[in-house]
Amino acid sequence: MVPLSWYLALSAVLFTIGVVGVVIQRNVIVLFMCVELMLNAVNLTLVAFSRFLGDLNGQLFVFIVMAVAAAEAAVGLAIIISLFRNRETLNVDEADLLKL
Amino acid sequence: MEIIHLLFLGLAALAVVAAFNVILQRNPIYSAIGLIVVLCCLAALFLTLHAQFIAAIQIIVYAGAIMVLFVFVIMLLNVREEESRGDRQKYLKWIAGPLFIALLAEIAAVLRLVDTPAPAIANPNQIADPSTSLGTVESIAHGMFTDYVLPFEATSVLILMAIVGAMYLARRGSQAEMDRIEKALGGQGEAEPSTADDHVAV
Amino acid sequence: MSSVLNSIDLPYILGALIKIALFWVFIMITVAYMVYAERRVLAVIQNRLGPNRVGWQGLLQPFADLIKFIFKEDIIPLSVNRALYLLAPVVVLVPAMMVLIVYPFGPSSVPLPGGETLSNIVNTFGNSLGFDWALDLRRINLYVTNFNVGLLYVFALTSLGVYGIVIAGWASNSKYSLLGGLRSSAQMISYELALSLSLVAILIPAGSLDLIKIVENQGGTWFGFIPRWNILALFPAGLIAFGVYLISAIAETNRVPFDLPEAETELVAGFHTEYSALKFALFFMAEYVNMTTVSVLAATVFLGGWQGPLVGTYPWLGFIWFIGKVFFFLFLYIWLRGTLPRFRYDQLMNFGWKILLPVALVNIVLAAVIGILFL
Repeated sequence: MVPLSWYLALSAVLFTIGVVGVVIQRNVIVLFMCVELMLNAVNLTLVAFSRFLGDLNGQLFVFIVMAVAAAEAAVGLAIIISLFRNRETLNVDEADLLKL
Repeated sequence: MEIIHLLFLGLAALAVVAAFNVILQRNPIYSAIGLIVVLCCLAALFLTLHAQFIAAIQIIVYAGAIMVLFVFVIMLLNVREEESRGDRQKYLKWIAGPLFIALLAEIAAVLRLVDTPAPAIANPNQIADPSTSLGTVESIAHGMFTDYVLPFEATSVLILMAIVGAMYLARRGSQAEMDRIEKALGGQGEAEPSTADDHVAV
Repeated sequence: MSSVLNSIDLPYILGALIKIALFWVFIMITVAYMVYAERRVLAVIQNRLGPNRVGWQGLLQPFADLIKFIFKEDIIPLSVNRALYLLAPVVVLVPAMMVLIVYPFGPSSVPLPGGETLSNIVNTFGNSLGFDWALDLRRINLYVTNFNVGLLYVFALTSLGVYGIVIAGWASNSKYSLLGGLRSSAQMISYELALSLSLVAILIPAGSLDLIKIVENQGGTWFGFIPRWNILALFPAGLIAFGVYLISAIAETNRVPFDLPEAETELVAGFHTEYSALKFALFFMAEYVNMTTVSVLAATVFLGGWQGPLVGTYPWLGFIWFIGKVFFFLFLYIWLRGTLPRFRYDQLMNFGWKILLPVALVNIVLAAVIGILFL
């Protein structure tokens, strides 16, 4: 039986890597991928607790989180595509003015 | 040390290496592949946590649909490797290092307190009613359509909103809008309206 | 280290590995002879002889093809992305082959001839190595394992197979490959939706996601002679689901009439233009293994898997019925290839999203209504 703390530690490490990615990345698509990494780390925490408390609510919540992440990915990538169309760049540092 | 511990350590190490790959690679395609590897490792870890349905849904939805979307967008927008980034505030990493060690120490101290024994989960193939075993499709269906039916319906409305929003945002603009964008970018003489569109045409 | 070995359930794992090896050999032979069968059947349809020189009636042709593939020159163009170029065939083939552990080849608890002697040999062997085994091999299950989420496992692995095609198209650094790869994968993910939704409608009478239980629930007959197969359950929702499933399965595996992304006359050869020799053979094999997978699903979910007359008294007959049904679907694939022209790409995508997906959705509602009224 793998202890709960191991799963929580892995989840913390993945979440931290995601946060570091969001802070240092300049490519907006990779930045978005780091956000998805953070969401997955949280999913792991929820499922681990669901197993160790014997409670199904954790897994039901993970289902909802996945659906929300899917919707967010679709809309986010559409925004990125129109951002690319308007500014010809995917670098977030260059998208710092509201005016084109 | 049992085989399950070795399995966990192997999968966790692969997930962490792939996650570092996501943030450190120059080419966005390699970052996307790294994220796919992380998702598959997490699905395997969900299987060790008796979450069969969530593991299958993770692969189908996350690795099989969302990441395909990401990979398509990267390929269609023809995203190249980025040039090296300049480091503007070099002193920050000297503050970040010790803070990171302190945070790790705190996490290690807290995590030792949560190890409680876990309840036993029945094998769904050996009992008569699989909906009493944690993590099976029947049990999730039972919970989803009794306690969580309102979030379920709200999620379907959310996905509908996402479909409409994505279709509207990614449509081609009218000619007037294209001309305005072209002018604002300091248009290149007699260029065709928005050559960026060629990247998105399949 | 010994605690690691003690925590593995060694008899179960070894048994599963042996079964996987046997079934894998069986699938590989099926794939190899499906190539031969395709060429002969197409030849009959097109009024010519097929390959009939190598061996009696050409039956050794697959081995000749294999030797040719191994000895062909392996060309890797200079401008490809080497890591992804070499990874793509693996990513296509491995998920396709991983599905075979949920195939229900036959009933559970089938008497194995010679089971007693085999049990004695294995038990004495294990006890001499220090383990404490008491296996009973007189009856075996004719499947590797049964997952509670077997059908979702199949969907998950077919979703992963899309990546190989996308990566192959992109890594080849050629416009034909990229367009072919993107078109092919867009077609696959579009028809995956219709495939899954058509199977959702049939899950209402099937009652479980476990492929073994789905087959077991299809035993028996109505009125004494109509077999209780899911294709006839909740009439006509089962038939509509079967039609939608068949069409989406053909589109999912990139076969005629939906094979524009890899047709030679259109895009050179689509995403596998730049691949030669053994890597091309791997793509080829993956396509046939995918065809086998969707045929097995069709036979299992719709036509009752290993159920058939006299299976109760002769359990091994279930294996024969299963093989017969799967081979019928494979023959159907080849028949369609010889008969139909191919769709244009926009007609294909139009058909998938605007016609097939709404039909599958309405069919789910229809199945639910009929199920509530009559089940």
